[in-house]
Amino acid sequence: MAKTLYEKVWDSHVVVANEGEAPLIYVDRHLVHEVTSPQAFSGLKVAGRKLRAPEKTFATMDHNTSTKSASLDALSPMARIQVETLQDNCKEFGVRLYDIHHKNQGIVHVMGPELGITLPGTVIVCGDSHTATHGAFGALAFGIGTSEVEHVMATQTLRQNKAKTMKIEVRGHVAAGITAKDIVLAIIGKIGMDGGTGYVVEFCGEAIEALSMEGRMTVCNMAIEMGAKAGMVAPDGITAEYLKGREFAPKGDSWEQAIAAWAELKTDADAVFDASVVLEASDIAPQLTWGTNPGQVVAIDGLVPNPEDEPNATVKASIEKALEYVALSAGTCMTDVSINKVFIGSCTNSRIEDLRDAAIHAKGRKVAAGVTAIVVPGSGLVKEQAEAEGLDQIFLEAGFEWRLPGCSMCLAMNDDRLEAGDRCASTSNRNFEGRQGRGSRTHLVSPAMAAAAAVAGHFVDIRKAY
Amino acid sequence: MNPFTSHTGLSVMIDSANVDTDQIIPKQFLSKVTRDGFGIHLFHDWRYLDEAGDEPNPDFSLNQPRYQGASILISKENFGCGSSREHAPWALADFGLRAIIAPSFADIFYGNSINNGLLPVRLSDAEVQQLMDEVEASEGAEITVDLEALTVTSPSGAVFNFEIAGSARHNLLNGLDAIGLSLACTDKIARYEAQLPSWKA
Repeated sequence: MAKTLYEKVWDSHVVVANEGEAPLIYVDRHLVHEVTSPQAFSGLKVAGRKLRAPEKTFATMDHNTSTKSASLDALSPMARIQVETLQDNCKEFGVRLYDIHHKNQGIVHVMGPELGITLPGTVIVCGDSHTATHGAFGALAFGIGTSEVEHVMATQTLRQNKAKTMKIEVRGHVAAGITAKDIVLAIIGKIGMDGGTGYVVEFCGEAIEALSMEGRMTVCNMAIEMGAKAGMVAPDGITAEYLKGREFAPKGDSWEQAIAAWAELKTDADAVFDASVVLEASDIAPQLTWGTNPGQVVAIDGLVPNPEDEPNATVKASIEKALEYVALSAGTCMTDVSINKVFIGSCTNSRIEDLRDAAIHAKGRKVAAGVTAIVVPGSGLVKEQAEAEGLDQIFLEAGFEWRLPGCSMCLAMNDDRLEAGDRCASTSNRNFEGRQGRGSRTHLVSPAMAAAAAVAGHFVDIRKAY
Repeated sequence: MNPFTSHTGLSVMIDSANVDTDQIIPKQFLSKVTRDGFGIHLFHDWRYLDEAGDEPNPDFSLNQPRYQGASILISKENFGCGSSREHAPWALADFGLRAIIAPSFADIFYGNSINNGLLPVRLSDAEVQQLMDEVEASEGAEITVDLEALTVTSPSGAVFNFEIAGSARHNLLNGLDAIGLSLACTDKIARYEAQLPSWKA
């Protein structure tokens, strides 16, 4: 029977499938960070349980860490306890940990792929919704809660019901200056923030195939922002090329076997999806959000929407509530919207290509008066690479701050936080009320759009720079 | 996990779609290393006018006198979207809620709730609206959520059916330890591991 990519990966991971109960599926790799793991480790201790496969478990610290100092003294007392708890737990349970002093430390979804932990055809979970990122490699990767983290630790499996399948095809080629972030924001704008609920989405089409692995990660990262269980892209030569030689990628004969197995990881020609969506790449302009969820998105040459144009009462109420929160009026041109903060970073957009994209717009220019802009590389390795290329100097000379790796202002758990009334051009993934600080307003954009906004002090159509 | 069979109680409404987990429990409260004590921070930014949480927002439903003691929350579509933080159901349950009724839920939140004995109930848009209207109209009216019968009974006595996966229902009704159940499959897990190719092992 013809199968989709998701169905192939799913079928190869079913350990137990009894009538009337959710199947038990195997987890190949488990990523762990400091915020959603302490209660899971505590649960194991209370029950006297061990980790079934500590060698398949990889931990780092990212959510709570300081981007200003690699010292525990820079953390709030509670954050410090959480970070130290992870250190203690990893030691006790034999889990590999990249702590704040290790060169591999970074945002968990940047770290996994760049170390070759993320592989096609595997099941990868983490107590973080942006685990969807790893689907860029043709892995089935999704976020789980802490009870499930504990379940995976104890059993290396999860109880899961099979999701429905959705194909999202982006046909043709994007125009110059249009990035993976614009593609995924356009998709979310089209299907809505819950358009993918209950589905695993496969992204395909020429525009997706043309993306680098980093671009594919940006797209899959935001699958959760359309409500999808996971996003996936079929592995190809670009995937293999990216992985070859990475620290935890297979070597020698194992590599050859892996390459052969990965060649099968594509949706069969006559496989049927439960739903299909098509976008034309050439229609996609630089995108940015105007409201308080990732589906409230508009093209840079567009206007803030008018709730009176919305027929559905619930949606209309959401638009009105969002407009009030973000303090924008219907009909405003997005290029007239001024910002005073810029954040370049997060598991969506903090990899080397993102920083290169941003640096193009920063080079030889200055951050506008009254604007504070920070650049937070996704990991120690990204930071090292960027510095080797001189990107840090480009940012610093332009007046951006160059920080240490971490989740930072994406969720603002550490001290990188917006103030009430701040308006931020952010390369992160969520623009919920208060996400980056109570009373603050977030506009999601690509790294190029964020850097250009930092220089101009307002949003600009970066296509005019090409 | 506490078993859930049937529950009758006061309900409170949040009449908004897309109530996200950043609202349910904002990030500044995620640094704890235990599962308890999140209830006082539930909906912090909506519930309190100040950062410290000393000044309740009188306009927010959970603060209104008529809804004190509520144990069932009714809201609109896509409840619990966003982050995978299980702190969200921990906060809802710690506040005293036993069930959430909405037209739809985000996937991760839905599973996290079940794993904590907090019952997510999907009803149609019209049924949710009717419940909201009835609760609004009659102070002190109670709703019954019956997991054995798979029904919700409105204050006026209207009965709505809902669905939930059979295994989730079974575990909730019996308060079963999911990890213990899966550990009973250890032999099968070991057999699965034994056949893994070297590149995946």
